[in-house]
Amino acid sequence: MAEEYKAPLPNPTPDSKPFWEGARRHELRLQRCRTCSEAYFYPRNVCPGCLSTDVEWFTASGRGTLHTFSIVHRGLKVTPLPMPYVLAVVELEEGPRMMTNLVGVPADPEHVRCDMPVVLEWADVTPEATLPRFRPA
Amino acid sequence: MARDRLHEMRGRVAIVGAAESDEVGRLPGKSALMLHAEAAHNALADAGLGAKDVDAVLSTGRQTANDVPEYLGIRPRYLDNTQMGGCSFIAHLQHALCIVEAGVAEVVLITHGESGASRVGMGGGDRFAPDTPPGQFEMPFGIGGPPTRYALAQARHMHEYGTTREQVAEVAVSTRKWAQRNPRALMRDPITVDDVLSSRAIAWPIHLLDCCVVTDGGGALVVTSADRAKDLRRKPVWVLGTGEATCHSIISQMPRFHVWDAAVMAGERAWAMSGAKPSDVDLAMLYDAFTIVPILALEALGFCKPGEGGAFVANGRTAPGGALPMNTNGGGLSYTHTGMYGMFLLVEAVRQLRGECGERQVAGAKTAVCHGTGGILSASATAILSTER
Ligand SMILES: [Zn+2]
Repeated sequence: MAEEYKAPLPNPTPDSKPFWEGARRHELRLQRCRTCSEAYFYPRNVCPGCLSTDVEWFTASGRGTLHTFSIVHRGLKVTPLPMPYVLAVVELEEGPRMMTNLVGVPADPEHVRCDMPVVLEWADVTPEATLPRFRPA
Repeated sequence: MARDRLHEMRGRVAIVGAAESDEVGRLPGKSALMLHAEAAHNALADAGLGAKDVDAVLSTGRQTANDVPEYLGIRPRYLDNTQMGGCSFIAHLQHALCIVEAGVAEVVLITHGESGASRVGMGGGDRFAPDTPPGQFEMPFGIGGPPTRYALAQARHMHEYGTTREQVAEVAVSTRKWAQRNPRALMRDPITVDDVLSSRAIAWPIHLLDCCVVTDGGGALVVTSADRAKDLRRKPVWVLGTGEATCHSIISQMPRFHVWDAAVMAGERAWAMSGAKPSDVDLAMLYDAFTIVPILALEALGFCKPGEGGAFVANGRTAPGGALPMNTNGGGLSYTHTGMYGMFLLVEAVRQLRGECGERQVAGAKTAVCHGTGGILSASATAILSTER
């Protein structure tokens, strides 16, 4: 199964490495600014709220809501899930939004609704890479 | 930030040359640079100027700022390769205004050429490589082409406002009616809302006929000062207002998916500078990579209230004979879309304001707004053009 995974995988950079290492341990690591308290994603060493470099990592709850989504039917040669699948933007309860996939629900707009509660589920797609996915809470 | 002086530049420069490449469409015999050159040649000829008159070259694509000037044999004293996506050329118009007003250049050439369908001479480079932010935080989740990304904004708009796919599909239908009046348009067969709804799903809520065509082509503009414009052969098209803005780069970071904040900001700047308002506009050229995009723009630019874009386009309001002629060339949806389509918005507006559009001419058109998207609703640029200062 693992050797068959062909979809794109991240190549972590120094600013994002703690996130992807956390994913391997099944910990959703976000950053928070010690100056303005803003929690943010994607990872970077400056706060996008105030440009402070005094930022820290913390582990998020993994709970959130489905902010928006699309149901992908065509247009990709390799996909992370069989088509059709739900491409999702989840709003975490700590505030930041992230792109992910919604699983555990039919890929059909009749079954997927903006603002529905969702919860994190890790997918160890290769021995090196783990991706965050979400399912209805 | 300090208050800008753009409002003092209202009507101080004009577009005095505008042209497209000899052909647009599927052109496997032409490279991207060939299309830049063809359009540049045609626009300078339209202006009655030569390469030696050009002080500044503003262009973008996959090349460096040096490549188009070298290919054309121009040695500009000002170069600009601003790349913010499809609206870049509208931003270039603002940059042209600034450098002409600052006295850095008098004659500015803006060029676009892209082999978007045939991919000839396009070079490599992957903006979504696995070590970039989109490569790390979007591509692993199965992002396809632009439809999957724009669909995220349409889905939230539908959720927030109750906008329907039927309403959004009206944009494709009205735009196709304009394309039927443009002999160069790629898609000219009439379509219905049902055709759009039942075309194959690409990335719900976006179906095939909600998507622009993919073509090859180019376009170019010549911009100059009011003083220089007086002596040239073409009736000047005045730049009354411009604005540009960016709010995010990758779609997952869009601040509000149902409101196009970059467009609100660019539009406010352009309207304020011009002194014009939406009701003054005879022609709206609004970038239509997907049917939802002009709806977001109509709301952001104040043609209607937030959430009312779907109702606004009903009953052919933007079609031939409607109250607001929109995308009269047939748009990216039916005419042509090279990838960075924004140049074609400007060329069509200039032609309409000059009264050169034949069967699709908007009678008495005096004022036009051109508005583009760059990236995935990431950036916006707006220009208000007029026959009068
Ligand atoms: Zn901060």
